[in-house]
Amino acid sequence: MTDLTKLTIAQARAGLDKGEFSAKELTQAYIDNMEAKRNLNAYVCEVPEKALAQAEAAQTAISKGEAKDLTGIPLGIKDLFCTKGITTTACSNIIKNFVPPYESTVSQKLLDAGAVFLGKLNLDEFAMGSSTETSCFGPTINPWSKDVPLTPGGSSGGSAAAVAADMCMAATGTDTGGSIRQPASLCGVTGIKPTYGRCSRYGIIAFASSLDQAGPIAKTVEDCAIMLKNMAGYDAKDSTSENKEVPDFTKFLNGNVKGMKIGIPQEYRNDGLNEEVAKYWDKAAAMLKDMGAEIVDISLPHSKYALATYYIIMPAETSSNLARYDGLRYGIRVDGKTLDEMYINSRTKGFGTEVKRRIMMGTYVLSAGYYDAYFVKAQKVRRLIRNDFIEAFKKCDVILTPATTGAAFPIGDKTMHENPINMWLNDLFTVAVSLAGLPAMSLPIGLNSQGLPLGMQIIGQPFDEQRVFEASSALEKQVGFVRR
Amino acid sequence: MDAQTVTKIAFLSRLKIDDDKVESTLQEFNGILRWVDQLKEVNTEGVEPLVSVNQNSITMRKDEVTEGNQSQAVLANAPMKEYGYFAVPKVVE
Repeated sequence: MTDLTKLTIAQARAGLDKGEFSAKELTQAYIDNMEAKRNLNAYVCEVPEKALAQAEAAQTAISKGEAKDLTGIPLGIKDLFCTKGITTTACSNIIKNFVPPYESTVSQKLLDAGAVFLGKLNLDEFAMGSSTETSCFGPTINPWSKDVPLTPGGSSGGSAAAVAADMCMAATGTDTGGSIRQPASLCGVTGIKPTYGRCSRYGIIAFASSLDQAGPIAKTVEDCAIMLKNMAGYDAKDSTSENKEVPDFTKFLNGNVKGMKIGIPQEYRNDGLNEEVAKYWDKAAAMLKDMGAEIVDISLPHSKYALATYYIIMPAETSSNLARYDGLRYGIRVDGKTLDEMYINSRTKGFGTEVKRRIMMGTYVLSAGYYDAYFVKAQKVRRLIRNDFIEAFKKCDVILTPATTGAAFPIGDKTMHENPINMWLNDLFTVAVSLAGLPAMSLPIGLNSQGLPLGMQIIGQPFDEQRVFEASSALEKQVGFVRR
Repeated sequence: MDAQTVTKIAFLSRLKIDDDKVESTLQEFNGILRWVDQLKEVNTEGVEPLVSVNQNSITMRKDEVTEGNQSQAVLANAPMKEYGYFAVPKVVE
């Protein structure tokens, strides 16, 4: 029999519906693979019994001819999504034993579409990081590693690694500054951060609320379309979710880019750009041109300020969101002589270094005397960054850029850790998109000279994921990337 | 930023920094602040701050109970509870 874990969602759907294999066999194949690859540390919690029970229910539905898009499809869930009755930790010691009494809207939608949940996936603590190394459960290992263990990127590193290693068919991720796109790129898989407001944030542990968005990480562009279609949609429980119809994204996978205008931002081609990344960027543009697209030079003059802008706005929102962890209502409590001491002791013990750094930076930029100089200033630059994109989209339909500045780097890499800014630079190509709230997909373009995957990013206009899918499917077909 | 500010910001954040870590934290924060100071060169005169990309479409919901009688679920994860309430250490100030 074929290795069921190698199938895509679309292929598995066909196989399940034709009765070539059962939902239980499919789920069991993934459970076996999860056990065999525990050394990657992709899962922080496995729920095989629940998964098999869900698979059985799925099989009943399939047998009755009542299968939906995801009936019997085994998924992994980033451990930032609240899952009712299943521990949800954000990979932080401060809520390591938290069992949500409710389900996040996105995961509920996936369950409603028939999905099977295999377990919860590793991430950087509260999604703050680009390597999954800040997780209180330790780092995830990139399945592409050879002699030295490499990071899968982050924060959705567990999700990207699990998809790359066939430990789930697809996974949920979240993206605040690049947390879906960067790990997808480093693990040779596909991921999309939809438009801000496309997916409900209800039940996703909050990090930086004006930026956080859920999205899928999957094996193919088509699987991302199937997943996103079943994750997106208006939700009254999240005031920032937009009341817009969700198109059937699977209708936009024909790879038809004839006449499509693809923007290339010249500012992204700075002196420091990795040569191999630059070469693949040119190659991707040439491929799209060969298929009938028109390549257009565009300018995003404020993009060089995006990272600094992000590192003011994001910590500010972090500091207010994470104020809720006080040792009172949930999470760990470390007693003190006074109430303040109890707060301080609990938070000092519960949070890791990167989280503390961001809370304090945020507290500083929001404090009296610095609010206008830092926070309001950054919000103004944020508008200029967004205006750049609005102008650029007058000349093009989608924008093509590299997803990352390079390939996966080793766990414990010296350069990345000697200065926090070096790690933050991982988001160089993804963060402006987040500030502007745009949809963007990351998909594999090829391997570098070390045999490690690199990714391209296709950016779309607000609520125009359709053309992002159209352009991505075209590029995917042309690239013919061979998954691990 | 100076050492006093680091200690003050830590307290406002309800975090403790050990005395021997204040200096290295200060150095690190000053490095980050020097880096973000590049924003000063951007002319933002007359630019309206962007709070959120879709702030205009956010609507207010009615202030009413949607799911009542959930006290058991709400208290389920509390580190300490008594008589159906969250319990805190005794505070007399």
